[in-house]
Amino acid sequence: MAVAKERVGASPPPEQQSQVKWGERIIETVIKMGGISSIVIIALIFLFLLREGLPAFLDIPLRQLFGPTWYPIEEMFGMLPLLAGSLIVTVGAVAIALPLGLTTAIYLGEIAPPSLREILKPIIEVLAGIPSIVLGFLGWIALAPLIQNLGAPTGLTAFTGSLILAYMSLPTIISIAEDALYAVPKEYRDGALAIGATQWQAIWRVVLPAARPGLVIAVMLGIGRAIGETMAVMMVTGNAANIPSFQTGFFFVPVRTMTATIAAEMGEVAQGSLHYSTLFAIGIVLFVISFAINSLAGRLVGVDGVRRSRGGML
Amino acid sequence: MSRQQAHRLAVVVLTVVAAIVVIPIILVILYVVWKGLPALSWAFLTEAPRNGMKEGGIMPALLGTILLTFGTAIVSFPLSIATAIYLAEYAGDNRLTRWIRMAIVNLAGIPSIVYGLFGLGMFVLFLGFGTSILAGSLTLGIMTMPVVISTAEEAILAVPQQFRTVSLSLGATRWQTIRYQVLPHALPGIITGIILGLGRAAGETAPILFTVAAFYLPELPRSIFDQTMALPYHLYVISTQVPGMPLEIQYGTALVLLLIVLSFTLVATLVRTQMRRRREW
Amino acid sequence: MAMSDPVISVRNLYFTYADETEALHNINLDVLPNQVFVLFGPSRAGKSTLLRLFNRLSDLTDGTQRQGTVAIDGRDVFEAGVDVSALRRRVSMVFAIPTPLPGSIYDNLVYGPRLAGVRDKVELERRVERSLRQAALWDEVKDRLDASAFALSGGQKQRLCIARSLALEPEVILLDNPTSGLDPISTATVEESLFELKDRYTIVMVPHSVQQAARVADQAAFLLDGELVEVGDAERMFVHPQDKRTEDYITGRFG
Repeated sequence: MAVAKERVGASPPPEQQSQVKWGERIIETVIKMGGISSIVIIALIFLFLLREGLPAFLDIPLRQLFGPTWYPIEEMFGMLPLLAGSLIVTVGAVAIALPLGLTTAIYLGEIAPPSLREILKPIIEVLAGIPSIVLGFLGWIALAPLIQNLGAPTGLTAFTGSLILAYMSLPTIISIAEDALYAVPKEYRDGALAIGATQWQAIWRVVLPAARPGLVIAVMLGIGRAIGETMAVMMVTGNAANIPSFQTGFFFVPVRTMTATIAAEMGEVAQGSLHYSTLFAIGIVLFVISFAINSLAGRLVGVDGVRRSRGGML
Repeated sequence: MSRQQAHRLAVVVLTVVAAIVVIPIILVILYVVWKGLPALSWAFLTEAPRNGMKEGGIMPALLGTILLTFGTAIVSFPLSIATAIYLAEYAGDNRLTRWIRMAIVNLAGIPSIVYGLFGLGMFVLFLGFGTSILAGSLTLGIMTMPVVISTAEEAILAVPQQFRTVSLSLGATRWQTIRYQVLPHALPGIITGIILGLGRAAGETAPILFTVAAFYLPELPRSIFDQTMALPYHLYVISTQVPGMPLEIQYGTALVLLLIVLSFTLVATLVRTQMRRRREW
Repeated sequence: MAMSDPVISVRNLYFTYADETEALHNINLDVLPNQVFVLFGPSRAGKSTLLRLFNRLSDLTDGTQRQGTVAIDGRDVFEAGVDVSALRRRVSMVFAIPTPLPGSIYDNLVYGPRLAGVRDKVELERRVERSLRQAALWDEVKDRLDASAFALSGGQKQRLCIARSLALEPEVILLDNPTSGLDPISTATVEESLFELKDRYTIVMVPHSVQQAARVADQAAFLLDGELVEVGDAERMFVHPQDKRTEDYITGRFG
């Protein structure tokens, strides 16, 4: 009889029934335990942040902890400048990335010829793969001097950080915006075109409002991501823990973000000191912000919606 | 301005903005390649840094990143795959499942520096692993879980439902069905997820700052309890912490890191398209 | 003819899906050995639902409710401690859409037996050949057993699926509209193989049409909206249906 060579993979080896039942029970238990690991891990993360960071909340009066002066050498641990720094850089990044990303998405979806789109999309995806430290390095060594040459007293400013962050978040924003635009029923646009709107007016008046819910989530998640970015921001924002004001130039001055503060100072603090636990306290604030944003987004569009909004990559 | 003119103007504006987005990306890559290529040599990759890192190569950092990537895979792989299998094949539509999914979405959103703090608190200090490859791998491994889980789950769900039904109808148990009819076909997608996750881990700096990375350590690690240098941190150190660093070495290091991380993405894409082509159904 | 014990015995069976639709309402019937038993009726009558209860493939649907018993050889399949894998080997299902598993023809045929613990290569090869012969596929594929099962034609795929069930050496074969996607010639081939198969197996089938039911059935049951309207000898039922609704359906007045 012409019998096939045995192929691996599709056919199981013979198994003894009793062994199967026992082995199977063990494997399924392991899988179920693995399944809840995510919950355990997120609980552990919060727990260990609390364990190290709680002393800061207990020993420093809240008014001081969120006060306006961050000067650890004098035991002044006010997070306000750091919060302000993170906020300015983040808002700046979104303000730059959103119009750029939206416009690019519209260009890709409505105007670019298909052949060009096939070239542009992978290029944009490559951007998502560049490590933040490399972008930070380029910002530090090439972009900052450029900005300084434009007349600023220093190139290391909130603006520089926003610019780099904006480009880092562009791939995500473009992909979400494309999905959102794509999800608008074709009849909407055709209807608008039929009553005499030009293509551009149709996009502007009809398509964008219809795509708004998806874009709102995109911005939320973009903010979550931008607040958490560390290395690139740390290298290009100048790391000055001041609250910027309009008098000092606001956007075009050095700032220091929460993430950069942790990264820069953790290496120098004595373990268990108040400074040390304050850095963990900053971590707790970051954790809570990210948890709030993601849980809210999950509430609004469901877990799968969040996933899609992150471009399937989570 | 007539309608036609407005339309034409809009097209021009859109095109210009798209160029503003795309051209810097190309420039960045070309710039790093152009500035970094002269530094690349066999010696650069295989020699330790000398003379306060101002001469020599990047070998310890390169090796450290490779070791950490392996460690990340070992930590992330089993947990992520178990979670993905659980969610795709076992989880019912209930509160626990929703909590798990919510946890994963939140894990994906936690800033990488917070992972670093967690690794410091739990692995380095509480479990006493010290600043070590072990602590760094655990931290990076956990950080990459969400990416691997969601890609793997997607791959598992993409296996046609009727294969499961047929397998069960032929007397296979649930696990046998998963083992022989689901996982083999989901493998390409799972591998893609792992590679994407590892690519991310290889380029990360913040999570390894306090868990494993050594500022300058020319000798190689002997065990998983040793510190190691790593490329991303090395790039940070030589560009901001060492005055008078030759530019060539900085750009060379950036180029090597960029190539490693981008090759992960490239390999993941290749695996996916290759396996899709071979699929029978 | 001496009455033999029924192979399948359904008593007071009720079945409801998660969305509260009652799919089966108080079903009672017996399937005798070595016969072709046909479950026919319009769509949504509950035929496939009933078929899937016989080997507990109904377990795969969440949120269902069931009352009553389905006994195979006198033992209720829903009793605690029943080995479901073993049950599905004894009562084997062939689906409407031919679904080979990825892999070779040979892989498909030995999948079930291997899981059942058959290690001996000679025995596996014996089962491969025998089941392919019984499903009237042997001559067409004997020289390419290691070719992909997806390379077969639609009719060949469905006969492979029948052979795959036969390789388990079951007692009962459940056929859920097995010729739905097939051309007339392939349909005829499959129907012919049924006549030979009933010597060794008990066959329960949901047919493609009333005509097919009349061609292949020994016993028949007419289902309508989850209720068993009429059950009995097929020849009699298709000539002299006792219930008006059966008659209407057979003569094509609805459905």
